Amino acid sequence: MARQGAAPDSFSFDAESEARIAVIFAKYPAGQPASAMLPLLDLAQRQMGRVTGSAWVPIVAMDEIARRVGVAPIRVYEVATFYLMFNTSPVGKYHLQVCTTTPCWLRGSEEVVHACRRATGIKDWKETSADGMFTMTEVECLGACVNAPVLQVNDDFYEDMDAESTERLLAALKRGETPPPGSVKGRQTSAPEGGPATLTSLSFEPAE
Amino acid sequence: MLSDQDRIFTNLYGLHDPFLKGARARGAWDGTAEILARGHDSIVDVIKTSGLRGRGGAGFPTGLKWSFMPKEIGTRPHYLVVNADESEPGTCKDRDIIRHDPHTLIEGCLIAAFAMRAHVSYIYIRGEFYNEAAALQRAIDEAYAAGLIGRDACGSGWQFDLHVHRGAGAYICGEETALLNSLEGKKGMPRLKPPFPAGVGLYGCPTTVNNVESIAVVPTILRRGAAWFSALGRPKNAGTKLFCISGHVNKPCNVEEELGIPLRELIDTYAGGVRGGWDNLLAVIPGGSSVPMLPRSTCDTVLMDFDSLRDVKSGLGTAAVIVMDKSTDIIRAIARLSAFYKHESCGQCTPCREGTGWMMRVMNRMVEGRAEPAEIDTLEQVTRQVEGHTICALGDAAAWPVQGLIRHFRPVLEQRIAQYKSSRAAVGRMAAE
Repeated sequence: MARQGAAPDSFSFDAESEARIAVIFAKYPAGQPASAMLPLLDLAQRQMGRVTGSAWVPIVAMDEIARRVGVAPIRVYEVATFYLMFNTSPVGKYHLQVCTTTPCWLRGSEEVVHACRRATGIKDWKETSADGMFTMTEVECLGACVNAPVLQVNDDFYEDMDAESTERLLAALKRGETPPPGSVKGRQTSAPEGGPATLTSLSFEPAE
Repeated sequence: MLSDQDRIFTNLYGLHDPFLKGARARGAWDGTAEILARGHDSIVDVIKTSGLRGRGGAGFPTGLKWSFMPKEIGTRPHYLVVNADESEPGTCKDRDIIRHDPHTLIEGCLIAAFAMRAHVSYIYIRGEFYNEAAALQRAIDEAYAAGLIGRDACGSGWQFDLHVHRGAGAYICGEETALLNSLEGKKGMPRLKPPFPAGVGLYGCPTTVNNVESIAVVPTILRRGAAWFSALGRPKNAGTKLFCISGHVNKPCNVEEELGIPLRELIDTYAGGVRGGWDNLLAVIPGGSSVPMLPRSTCDTVLMDFDSLRDVKSGLGTAAVIVMDKSTDIIRAIARLSAFYKHESCGQCTPCREGTGWMMRVMNRMVEGRAEPAEIDTLEQVTRQVEGHTICALGDAAAWPVQGLIRHFRPVLEQRIAQYKSSRAAVGRMAAE
């Protein structure tokens, strides 16, 4: 397999992916293998990330997926380029996906963007840092708006961010640490800061 | 104020075990077989009587929607598809159901699927909710292992299979027919209706698409009765609802309350009030980015339900309340939404593909004030040409926030234009000197 960032000459699913593929195809009725298209694109991207350190889908992987689901390659290309989460070019080890849609913007997502730029040296969206560690992508609403602003790093949401916590997070990532996702202010998920004001009168006896 | 005893999502914040043992302790999977024994149509009738309206934005009566499904399984299987593509800016409620109370959703899937004579159901969850999808899959695996779903679900004799399908980052897939195309491995482009999914849906088979919250409230409604549910809220706006309160409030949060709660009470009681006090409020988007904003004067008295918000030319949408205080550049707030819709337009219909880009570009000039006053009317007219002229509602959703801005904040737009003109004039004078 090629080093990070280079387009490979060929692609095949490895054993770990093959085990997943069997589970994926079993979800859909006979005669509908194309339903596995999105899951297989995701799987290929994860395998690339695991093996090369850059989670993206090269064309050779799309060709392999076309073969596996039994469609023309163009059907995979058009799907891969329609959905934002498929990276059609290499990305850094950490994909910084900053939400800047209005609810995050109201809570200061611009600060998060600037802090990411300062810490990584990245100037433009979709750019990868010189050390190959970070790629920055502007994303639309991530669906965690009561914990805005939100910064998604690979699969994890970091919530209630500001400039300082963004800098801390990126410094930790550079050291090879993965801080726990969720609210960086220590909030209980989507409950108001300071603790829940509802559901506090309930206690549940475990069922036998 | 809604009492905790009448709240459906008792683990909204994840304070307790989200998985099977914890869910059972909270009452999930209690007597499910007896519920199914009432029969397909009587379950549909209970949901009809309860007055439940879809929680995904449109507010269509859920029981009525279910009744559009064929009454017999013909040559084509029936499907229930659950829309967990939560992407409407401001909205983050389904995420909490999925990660903290997945068994309410799974049990709801079984009951709803049974009611509509579907043996298979897919939950289409947005791709970014990776950890949430993992939690949901874990809960589904538990349900299979416990015999709650599968070959003989809850010992009812009904076979029921439930699968999670992850999306890959496309707002438009929250539109039900785009979602079905996406689930079939295609680009997420909406289909023309008719035919409606109840006739020709997933794989060309009878299909109903419901929002996560609509499905997850079903088990509780059947346990506690239609009368209990319909007694909550207001007439034709029954029940409880998850509200997401974001933006310029002191304590943004999700909370379950009765439909019809006054907006001000919702913000003051649960979200710690508007930053800087109620008098510092500028405007509220009451139902996710797609609905027109409300000016402060309306916010003082409006009730949070489908019909009350429709009466003030807005909508309940997903009940995502986006609060903006007086520090907000209101033009920029809406321009950012225009950029959102431009980004998310699937490009299939010309009015939306071209119109969203056009609206975004004009809105960006309006932020600077680099426009002529007459262009405000042109912009308004263009929104009318997009609205109602597209296959799906994304065109409407792109038009409405801009219409709301012009309706309530035209003087701000005019002032910005005047400011820009005078600043340019000053530059011109300096250059002349």
